[in-house]
Order: sequence, then C-alpha cells, then structure tokens
Amino acid sequence: MELSSVDLSRMLTSMTLGFHIIFATIGVGVPVMISIAEWIGIRNNDEYYLLMARRWARGFTITVAVGVVTGTCIGLQLSLLWPSFMKVAGQVISLPLFMETFAFFFEAIFLGIYLYTWDRFKKPIYHWLLSIPVIIGSSASAFFITTVNAFMNTPQGFKLDGGALVEIEPLTAMFNPATPSKTFHVLTTSYLTAALILGSIAAFTVLKGRNGVYERKALKLTMAAGLVFALGTAVAGDVSAKFLSKHQPEKLAALEWHFETKPGADLLLFGTIDENNEVTKAIKIPGMLSFLAGSSLDHEVVGLDEFPEEVRPPLWIHYLFDMMVGIGFFSIIVSAGFIILDKMKNRNPYNKGLLWLILAGGPLSILAIELGWILAEVGRQPWILRGYIKVAEGVTSADNVGLTFLMFLGLYILLGVLTIIVLVKMFRNKPAEAELEDRFRGSSK
Amino acid sequence: MSLEVLGITVLWFFLYGYLIVASIDFGAGFFAYYGRVTKKEHLINHVISRYLSPVWEVTNVFFVFFFVGLVGFFPDTAYYYGTALLIPGSISLILLAIRGSFYAFSNYGSKDNDLYLFLYGATGLLIPASLSTALTISEGGFLKEEGGRVVFLAGKLFTSPYSWSVVVLAIVSVLFISAVFLTYYAWRARDLDALGVLRKFALFWSGPTILASLLVFASLKSHNPHHFENALDLWWMFGLSFICFAAAALFIIQGRNYGTAFIMVMFQFFFAFFGYGASHLPYILDPYISVSTSYTNDTMGRALVTAFIAGLVLLVPSLILLMRLFLFDADYVKGKK
Ligand code: HDD
Ligand code: HEM
Ligand code: HEM
Repeated sequence: MELSSVDLSRMLTSMTLGFHIIFATIGVGVPVMISIAEWIGIRNNDEYYLLMARRWARGFTITVAVGVVTGTCIGLQLSLLWPSFMKVAGQVISLPLFMETFAFFFEAIFLGIYLYTWDRFKKPIYHWLLSIPVIIGSSASAFFITTVNAFMNTPQGFKLDGGALVEIEPLTAMFNPATPSKTFHVLTTSYLTAALILGSIAAFTVLKGRNGVYERKALKLTMAAGLVFALGTAVAGDVSAKFLSKHQPEKLAALEWHFETKPGADLLLFGTIDENNEVTKAIKIPGMLSFLAGSSLDHEVVGLDEFPEEVRPPLWIHYLFDMMVGIGFFSIIVSAGFIILDKMKNRNPYNKGLLWLILAGGPLSILAIELGWILAEVGRQPWILRGYIKVAEGVTSADNVGLTFLMFLGLYILLGVLTIIVLVKMFRNKPAEAELEDRFRGSSK
Repeated sequence: MSLEVLGITVLWFFLYGYLIVASIDFGAGFFAYYGRVTKKEHLINHVISRYLSPVWEVTNVFFVFFFVGLVGFFPDTAYYYGTALLIPGSISLILLAIRGSFYAFSNYGSKDNDLYLFLYGATGLLIPASLSTALTISEGGFLKEEGGRVVFLAGKLFTSPYSWSVVVLAIVSVLFISAVFLTYYAWRARDLDALGVLRKFALFWSGPTILASLLVFASLKSHNPHHFENALDLWWMFGLSFICFAAAALFIIQGRNYGTAFIMVMFQFFFAFFGYGASHLPYILDPYISVSTSYTNDTMGRALVTAFIAGLVLLVPSLILLMRLFLFDADYVKGKK
C-alpha cells in the first residue's frame, strides 16, 4: 500500500503527540502532587512526606527533560508538516501559542530553582512557595495549548473574505466554545493521572514486600488526591459531552452511534456495528444519552443523519470512548474503595487484590489519556480546522515524510526505553527507608 | 518604529539570548567530554555541571520562544521554511532531543556513563552547525519555488563556500563564548586548577573566531553582494564588535577582569549579530519573505506585542532571581551550598 503525504504526516503528528502527551500530562500533574506532599510534610513536620516530595521531584527531572524535548519536536513539526495550515491559523491563534512559551519560561525558571534549593532556605516554607510558580507555569501552558486545540474544533474570531482572513479577534478565537470544557477536562485528567501513577508505584513497592510507613503514607496521599481528581474528571467529562451536543454534535453522535435526531436518546455501551450501521450486543441505557447531553431524559440529540457522509467522523471512536469512560469510573471506585477500607476499623486496605487494582490504575490512566486524545482528534475528522480547512489541504508538499517518520520513531523508542531504565536504576538501589535514615536521622545529630 | 520592525527586533533579541546561553551550554558539553577523555575531568567538570544543571531547561525555552514568535509574527515563514526544511529541520530536532534528554539521563541518572556524555558532547557541536544553516538559507539561493512547491536545493547548500564558512564560524564561536564564560565561572568559584585549563581554552579559540568571521564576510561578498553592501554601510557596528573582542582577549591574556571579559564577548557578539541582522533587512528569507510582506495582521501583531510586554514583567524578575541564586551567589558557585 502506498501511503500518501497526508497519511504519513498524520502518522508522524499522532506519534509525536501521542508520545509527548504522556510526559506533558506527567509534567502538569506531578508538580501538584509534589507540592501537596511537601506542604503536608512542613505542616506536620513529617519527614516521610518531605522525603516523598524529594523522591518524586527526582524522578520528575527525567520526565520533564523528555517532555521538553518532545514538546520542542511537536512545536516545530507543526510548521514542518502542516505549513499551509499554520500559515492561515497562525494569523488567528498564535496568541495562545506565544503565551504558552511564556508559561514554559516561567515554569522552567522556577523548576530549576526548586530542584536545586532544597536546603538553602532557613524557613522550609520558602522552598515550598517556589512550587507554586511551577504549578502555575505548567498548568497555564496546558491551558494555553488546549485553547489552540479547542480552536481547531470550534474556530471563531475571524471572517473569511474570499480566501483572506479579516476581522481577526485573537481573544475571541482563544475563548471559543470548546475552551471551557476542554481545558477543564485536560487539567483534571492530568492531575488524576499523576496521582494514579504515583499511587501505582507505591502499590508496586508494597506488593514486592516493602510495606513500610513511607509506602503506606504515599498510598493514602495518592488515593485521596486520586479520588478528588477522579470525581473532578467525571464532572469535566460530563461538561465535555454537553459541550459536544451543543457545538460539535457530529462528534458526539459518532461516539455514541447515534444516527437519527430524536428526543429520549439511549446511551450505548460496547457492542459491535456492521456495514449497514446495525448495532448488536450493545447495552442500552434508555434516555441516558439525552440526559448526558442536556440534563433531561427527553432532550433532543442531533444524529449523524443530519451530516453528509463525507464530513462524518469514523465510527470506531465509540470503543475508545467506552474505554475512557470505563477507566474514569474504575479510578473513582478504586480510590474510593481504598479510602473507605482505610477509614473502617478491622479492614485491611493493603490486601493484595486492591493493591493490584491500584497498580493497574497508573498505566490505565495513561491509556485513557491516549484514548481521549485520539477520540477527540479523530472525532474532528475530516477537518483540521472544523468547517474551514480539511486535513488534506493543510499538509506539506515536501517528499520524504516517510523517512522523517522513521527517524522520529527511532528517537522515541530510544527515549522511551532509556527513560524507563534510568528511572528504575535511580530508585531500585535506594529504598525510601534507607534514604530517610541517612538524609534526616543521620545528619540530625 | 513600525510594529513589524519591532516584532523582528524582539525576536532577534531572543535569538541573541539563545546564541549566548546555548553557546555556553553547547560548548560546555564539548569541554566536559574533552575533560573526561583527557583525564582533566576532575579539574573542570564540576564547575560546568554546577552552572548547567539549574539552567538547561531555560536555555531550551529561548529557542522555542524564537520559533513560536517567528511563526506568530510572520506566518509565511512557517510555509517557506516548513516546506523546505523538513529533513534538515528534523535532523536538528532529533539532535536537540538527544542532547536535552541525555543531559538529564547522565546528570541525574547514571553519572559516569561514557556514551551519554559522548552524545552530549558531540551534539554540542553538531547542533550549532545544523541550526546555523537556517541562517545560511535565509541569504537566498538555496530555495526555489516550482509549480506551487518550495524546493530545497540541498546539493547547492553542501557545495557552497558561504555555507561552510558559516558552519565553521558557528562552531568556533560556540567554543569561544563557552570557554570565556566558564573561565569567569571558575574564577568566581576560586577554582584555580579549572581556571588554568579553561583560560587556555579561551585563548586558544579566540584567534579562530576572528578568522572565521572574516571568512564569512569574504564569502558573503560573492554569495549575496547586496547584503554585503548593506553590511559595509554598517561598518561601525562590526568595528565596535572587533574592539570588544580585542578588549576581552586582552583581559584574558593579562589574567584579570574575567567578568568584564565575558561582558565584552557578549558585546562583541551583540554588535556583530545585530549588524548582521540589520543589514539583512528587510528580508527574512531573501527574496521570498520580507518583514513587511509577511507580517501577520495588525490586530494579532498588537496582541502579541502586548502579551510580550506582560510576559517580560513576569520573566525579568524571575530571571534575575535565577541568576542571583546560581550565578552571583558566591557560596553556591564555590560549591558550599
Ligand atoms: C485520565 C484520563 C481520562 C479519563 C479517566 C476520562 N477522560 Fe475524557 N478525555 C481525556 C481524558 C480522560 C482527555 C485526554 O483529556 C481528552 C482528550 C481531548 C480533551 O479535551 O480531553 C478527553 C476527551 C473527552 C471528550 C471529548 C471532548 C471534546 O472532544 O471536546 C468527552 C466527551 C469526554 N472526554 C468525556 C469523559 C467522560 C464522561 C469520562 C468519565 C468519567 C471521561 N471522559 C474520563
Ligand atoms: C497547535 C495545535 C494543534 C495542531 C496544529 C494540531 C494538528 C493536528 C493534525 C494536523 C493532526 C493530524 C490530522 C488528524 O488526524 O486529525 C493531529 C492529530 C492529533 N492531534 Fe492535534 N493538533 C493540535 C493540538 C493538539 C493538542 C494540544 C493535542 C494534545 C496533545 C493534540 C492531539 C492530537 C492527537 C492525539 C492526534 C492523533 C489523532 C489521529 O490519530 O489522527 N492535538 N493534530
Ligand atoms: C500541539 C500540541 C503541543 C505543542 C505544540 C506543545 C509544545 C511544547 C513545547 C515546545 C514544549 C517544550 C517547552 C520547553 O522548552 O520548556 C512542551 C513541553 C511541555 N508541554 Fe507540550 N505541547 C503540546 C501539547 C501539550 C499538552 C496537551 C499539554 C498538557 C496537557 C502540554 C504540556 C506540556 C508541559 C507541562 C511541558 C513541559 C515539560 C514538562 O514539564 O514535562 N503540552 N510542549
């Protein structure tokens, strides 16, 4: 099969974003967790939490580095692969892209300071204060870049006058209808993912037989944070569905295999679909789609029949949607389960079964992030700028995209493998208890 | 000043900032590897890593800032450079990615892995070489528009004496800027052994820097006579640049005022870089893109400038804090903190 320049460019963009988004999500979420741990440690004068903050921060240095370099890749690649699109969209939406770099700048400066000043201040709270600009910087950069993605879904803030862009309003473009739901969902899921990944590492250590105070405290903290963020994620997901039904109905209809516009629409879980769009084996929840989309069981939901064949998104995104939502509920149940067992007397939250589920939470949340982005981006097909430019019109005319794809594939494999090796090496020979001994107790005398 | 000239000036400042901080970083990588190979590691490498560790991410942002800003202010650049530079641009990106991540791997992960350090050092010279070709291409003659497509004439680039002279200048300047800065840093740390080694590096690379810039001028004359003429009109900028160089070299030879010497080197490159940039105008990419034809709309231009000013209000104090903690804090530099 001969792959066209468009196919290859899409593959390369997807690969770079799919790789970057893992590290970006960690980059947005983990500073929040580090800051919470350090705060509790200072407040309660508890060296376990202080150590937790330090250990998380140490691992974070590695993932940040990969986040930064892959982000630089995607930033330049957008111009290299989609020059015609960037030339047009850049006129309207370069403001948040530009502000994103300021946010990075801010984050980079304070992260540098934070990581190298653990013992430099007389009052530990000054060091904690440095984590605030790091959080502001990384969350703001997620916010700004997500407004760009929102713009691609619901473009506004300009008019087309025979090919030329006129009446450009950068702020209107930035605060388009997709912005609130998207940024809300992206931020909550980043925090959730960070909590679940860190919880998953703690669960792994306990399962391997190291069941000390440190691991228990880490589990409690990550699961409590995880529960809060998982509930936030579900709310934000619901907000996103309501947004879709109003502004991007074809995407919601494709996600839910909803063909006819009608009130009282059913929610479909799982199932299969054939070439005549006959759905079988799905679990139907009557009226639920109407409820999700409009908070009422007989709200009218727009179906795919209102859109011509060639601008309908592919239908397989339904499966991704089910899995993402499933993982969302999984994380609510697991984190709530742990907290409840922990609060009840005579119950053991550290039983093997639950620990295995917590362990699964980390990888599953990363999977959900990937699924979420794929369904959101593929659900925009065939548009790159919905209603204005199709993907095929934005692509580069250069040859050699295939070669470029292979080069970057090699790069990401190398970086992925080395990240894991370096992280494992960093902590394997240094259990928390031992580090606690020589960092706090040994030196205090 | 019109908004588009203001825009390109701001961006040029950031590229200049990147030129200085990245040169320090790139050169340091090379010296660190050289130090390990020649067994002088114990003398110089801790000076290098003490400065680099807290600031490397900041260095990278200067670069991101430049290209995001360029596409923002002058969207046409995305189109021409984007189409033409897919392969060379991707190679530079991969080198940058390897460098950044391997720095983290070797510095925070496995301290004494020779391969990580080698890649870190080698990319330090290859990246300036490959990034500098973007400037070469901007002189024109290496791109061609053909049936609505932009074609990159790679063969021409590789055989052009001008292109090679720029590469040589880029590498040599990186080593020179870096050596002078590290000499100053070693002096602040009162680390006399490191100072001795690094000062020799600085002296060694000073002559080639001037020779390479003369070479670039000579080859520019035949490659783009029109740009060369413009540069001659700005002869005083290049003259000032040379005077600053001479002052810096003098201080280093005398073995005193290393701080002033580094500032002189910054001025040397400031005048040369802005002289080059000013004489390049109005073209961003000769002859396809000029600042006035490719400028984004006025609304966006004003929004970007506003965002830029607001951003500076935030960044300048933060950068000063960073420098005070890691550059001008004598105890930190000496390794006592
Ligand atoms: C840990 C990751 C994660 C989890 C558990 C969930 N999501 Fe999600 N979802 C994302 C991660 C994500 C994402 C990666 O952040 C996306 C991709 C694009 C976006 O805006 O957010 C997304 C997109 C996204 C969209 C499309 C938005 C759009 O295209 O504008 C909808 C409707 C939902 N989600 C709904 C939900 C619901 C109802 C969930 C149930 C709890 C849920 N998500 C859990
Ligand atoms: C400047 C903003 C962005 C631009 C120009 C952009 C452009 C594109 C393009 C051209 C594609 C390939 C065509 C397609 O399949 O839709 C794509 C796909 C994709 N983008 Fe976006 N995007 C942007 C923002 C984002 C953001 C912020 C994310 C999240 C990290 C993202 C995630 C994805 C993903 C996961 C895909 C793969 C979808 C697939 O498999 O086709 N995009 N993007
Ligand atoms: C088209 C999409 C995207 C582009 C063009 C992009 C661009 C970049 C760039 C250029 C960097 C490196 C900045 C530096 O030098 O410090 C970076 C890093 C980063 N990006 Fe992305 N990004 C995209 C998607 C995202 C998304 C969707 C998020 C958040 C959900 C995100 C969050 C981050 C974070 C937090 C970092 C800093 C590195 C870290 O802390 O791990 N990015 N990105």
